[in-house]
Amino acid sequence: MAAEGRIVWVSGPAVKADGMASAKMYETVIVGESKLIGEVIRLTGDVAFIQVYESTSGLKPGEPVVGTGNPLSVLLGPGIIGQIYDGIQRPLKALSEASGSYIGRGITTTPVDLTKKYHYTPSVKAGDQVQAGNVIGTVQETDLIDHSIMVPPDHKGGTVAEVVPEGDYDLETDLVTLQDGSTLKMYHRWPVRKPRPYKTRYDPTVPLLTGQRVIDTFFPIAKGGTGSIPGAFGTGKTVTLHQIAKWADSQVVVYIGCGERGNEMTEVLVEFPHLKDPRTGKPLMDRTVLVANTSNMPVAAREASIYTGVTIAEYYRDMGKDVVLVADSTSRWAEALREMSGRLEEMPAEEGYPSYLASRLAEFYERAGRVRAAGSPDRDGSVTLVGAVSPSGGDFTEPVTTHTMRFIKTFWALDAKLAYSRHYPSINWMNSYSGYLADIAKWWGKNVSEDWLSMRGEAYGVLQREDTLKEIVRLLGPEALPDEEKIIMEVARMIKIGILQQNSFDDVDTYCSPEKQYRLLKLLVDFYNRGQQAIREGTSLAEIRAMPIIGTLLKARMEVKDDEMEKLDEIDNMMKEQFKGAAEAKVRN
Amino acid sequence: MGGVQYSKIAEIKGPLVIVDDVENAAFDELVEVETNEGERRLGKVLEVGNGKAIVQVFEGTTGLSVSGTSARFVGKVMEMPVSKEVLGRVFDGLGRPKDGLPDPIADKFLDINGAPMNPEQREYPKDFIQTGVSVIDGMITLVRGQKLPIFSGSGMSHNILAAQIARQATVVGTEEEFAVVFAAIGVQYSEAEYFRRTLEESGALKRSVLFLNLADDPAIERIITPRVALTVAEYMAFELGMHVLVILTDMTNYAEALREISAAREEVPGRKGYPGYLYTDLSTIYERAGKLNGKTGSVTQVPILSMPSDDITHPIPDLTGYITEGQIVLGRDLFRQGVYPPVNILMSLSRLMKDGIGEGRTRQDHSEISNQNYDAYSRAQEVRALAGIVGKAGLADVDLKYMDVGDSFEKGFLTQALDENRNLDETLSLLWKVVSNLPRAELTKVKDKYVDQYYQGSDE
Repeated sequence: MAAEGRIVWVSGPAVKADGMASAKMYETVIVGESKLIGEVIRLTGDVAFIQVYESTSGLKPGEPVVGTGNPLSVLLGPGIIGQIYDGIQRPLKALSEASGSYIGRGITTTPVDLTKKYHYTPSVKAGDQVQAGNVIGTVQETDLIDHSIMVPPDHKGGTVAEVVPEGDYDLETDLVTLQDGSTLKMYHRWPVRKPRPYKTRYDPTVPLLTGQRVIDTFFPIAKGGTGSIPGAFGTGKTVTLHQIAKWADSQVVVYIGCGERGNEMTEVLVEFPHLKDPRTGKPLMDRTVLVANTSNMPVAAREASIYTGVTIAEYYRDMGKDVVLVADSTSRWAEALREMSGRLEEMPAEEGYPSYLASRLAEFYERAGRVRAAGSPDRDGSVTLVGAVSPSGGDFTEPVTTHTMRFIKTFWALDAKLAYSRHYPSINWMNSYSGYLADIAKWWGKNVSEDWLSMRGEAYGVLQREDTLKEIVRLLGPEALPDEEKIIMEVARMIKIGILQQNSFDDVDTYCSPEKQYRLLKLLVDFYNRGQQAIREGTSLAEIRAMPIIGTLLKARMEVKDDEMEKLDEIDNMMKEQFKGAAEAKVRN
Repeated sequence: MGGVQYSKIAEIKGPLVIVDDVENAAFDELVEVETNEGERRLGKVLEVGNGKAIVQVFEGTTGLSVSGTSARFVGKVMEMPVSKEVLGRVFDGLGRPKDGLPDPIADKFLDINGAPMNPEQREYPKDFIQTGVSVIDGMITLVRGQKLPIFSGSGMSHNILAAQIARQATVVGTEEEFAVVFAAIGVQYSEAEYFRRTLEESGALKRSVLFLNLADDPAIERIITPRVALTVAEYMAFELGMHVLVILTDMTNYAEALREISAAREEVPGRKGYPGYLYTDLSTIYERAGKLNGKTGSVTQVPILSMPSDDITHPIPDLTGYITEGQIVLGRDLFRQGVYPPVNILMSLSRLMKDGIGEGRTRQDHSEISNQNYDAYSRAQEVRALAGIVGKAGLADVDLKYMDVGDSFEKGFLTQALDENRNLDETLSLLWKVVSNLPRAELTKVKDKYVDQYYQGSDE
């Protein structure tokens, strides 16, 4: 029996209704005469506390509230890719058809076009046993996505009685009929707050390659891993996240704009259909789903948008795909929690955030992972979660940042000072860390070069030494250092300009292949070692600084394309020649 | 619905009135509060239920009494009458005529809260606005439909800069209609008057609308002022097809009014006593800037806020910066040195600049020369700091050149007269002049072909 109650109190996105004794926690309800969508978040006697996903302006006590009997769910099936949804999976396109340029209220739509036909190729036949998670066939969703049709994870399974022949069907067609008379369609629904089940979980050992040198080489993230990118405004969070969404070597990208700028979502919508996936040459939009709940859209739907996004990500993971989910920004999500908590008059913890902030964050990040999906055939997929954090005042000791750090393994700390000097991406190399380095070093060793980890270690060592020496320079001036240390400062500068900095608006530099990343790194480490040796043998720093190779090394990231590695061989030879020349000049003198 | 008079006022607390025995009132509904002298004030419902309504009174509760006051629920949310006739007019902070003229004949009544633009229906902004102010055009380019605030501090020249932008802003090569909407939020009379006069003198007043909530006007009215102003701006932009520049000054006063109401409602505060929803609330103002698919007009916002104690990490500038598409930060040091406009470019940023400049929009070399200047000016600041320790004598030759860059940037490029309207070519040549203080090899951010074309320095 669905609950039928009546509003007794309204304050912003929070509504109380009585007569709701039969309502369940987290049940979706229809609120008021304008049929707004809401969710039950507390029950006291027969009074339900409801968060409403749409503007409550004009809502009155006395208006009806009707339960749907179902928790907030998403529809999972072909047609999701390429869409832009609001926080509760309503396509923004459908909303604009219903209400024009502005977001209207009380609009019901289906998340995907249920009448669209896809070419279905069955993979089961009559007499087969199927169980939850089994693949019963495939359809081609986009050029890039072959979409497995799966038995819903909560389905009890059974014996197949009948399967439609291969052909074009819409989403409502009963593709498979089981002996007990139940049917399977191309889609099913799944509650967003409940993680989708899987068979086993693996350690993340494969890097997620983003083509961004400071990430892949210095602070890598693994497929199925978790990462966080905190930064004050203007430090380039959004650009970095867009870069990950563009270039990550995953098959599906879910981009959640959670309480952020409207124009940023528009930018993705305008740009992605024109950008080509570097591995397949197809438009990036063919693998991307957007969930947009901008800052001025209702705050409760912002809270839901994170769950909507991660459930879609898990669905594609279950097909055996690598999925990256980018959430910008988890701080706005936390603020939505805080606002609802305040209206519930809960006892606040730090800075007014609810005491369950940490456990909610933990639950979210725990939905990442590389897994073997439930059912047969065997499929291995992953969900990688990357969350932006917008710390107030750029202060990393605030609750959202500190709690997030407990649950993630890669931390890319953006630094306002670097951003002010236009060092982009402004990821601070001293404050950032990656917990996956050891796990993924094997992959680099096998696929790129055996000495990758030691090269990275040497380069990072130079940066660490420079950080200490900088203090001395600050107090005593640069002349206080001997040449052996000055060259550390010089090489650190070269690593910053030649490797750590990356211009996302430059056609060549925007993406850097693993091979090129390694080669650039090796060139600079070689330069450092040769420079050290030259200085020991009596060459002055001024002579090294005057070498034309320095300019070449610094511009190589922009001048050498990914398929022109032979140019790096030439640069290597030039470097050897110039050091040799310097040594010979020494001997002659 | 509506129209019923209730006289049972249970409590008056700060800007709030709590009305008892209420039936049939809606959340967000407009309320008319009448004193026993017959004076009418406007308010809106913040919370309703269990027979009670919490009403926020815009004009304040001074003089209201529990026994003599009545409240009438109007049956609709607050609306602003709009028409083309509002151009050239002056209104108070609630949108009522303040210039002695009658109410304009309304073409429409619009909900002052607006509605969120559907991101799918937005048009990505990329039309370059030439402000004639070099530092903005060259380094922090403004585009149509952008929201670009000025972060200032008390006493600095933000209003002068905003007025100069309002006077000079054009999109080169177009004759489209444009308008200025100016909303004064709790500013002094003299500042508002300066703005009105400068618009009048430049002949721009007849295509401007002014909303004035001055420092001595009711504080709670400030919650409404930016919203009525933006409602008019949206109407002119998206229904009349005009390009509207909205100047909101000072958003700090707005946030303080919001805090006052939050405190009166005894809400759990976020940082510095500001409500936890300050970000969301500010976004419902700033996100009303933009362009829409299939509509000619645009709403460009230049909100001004004074950073308390010049602190950019204070919640008001901080949350604003997270919503707006960049920021123009004024620097106290430059201001003290008498530089106008005293813009600290290293802390400033225009997020939409990359799409508004370049070939076909401004000039091919624009992006690179501006990057080179950012880089050089940032090096110049480091060198200046170093010179403070080791003295000029301890600097390398190239570092001394960077000192020259710093001076040349501030004196030759940044500094500009109040009535000086520089075109883009002048601005870009000044930028080239700044970096021409450096040896050619230092220009690592600019392609060689542009260096060949524009560089005026020596190769040494």
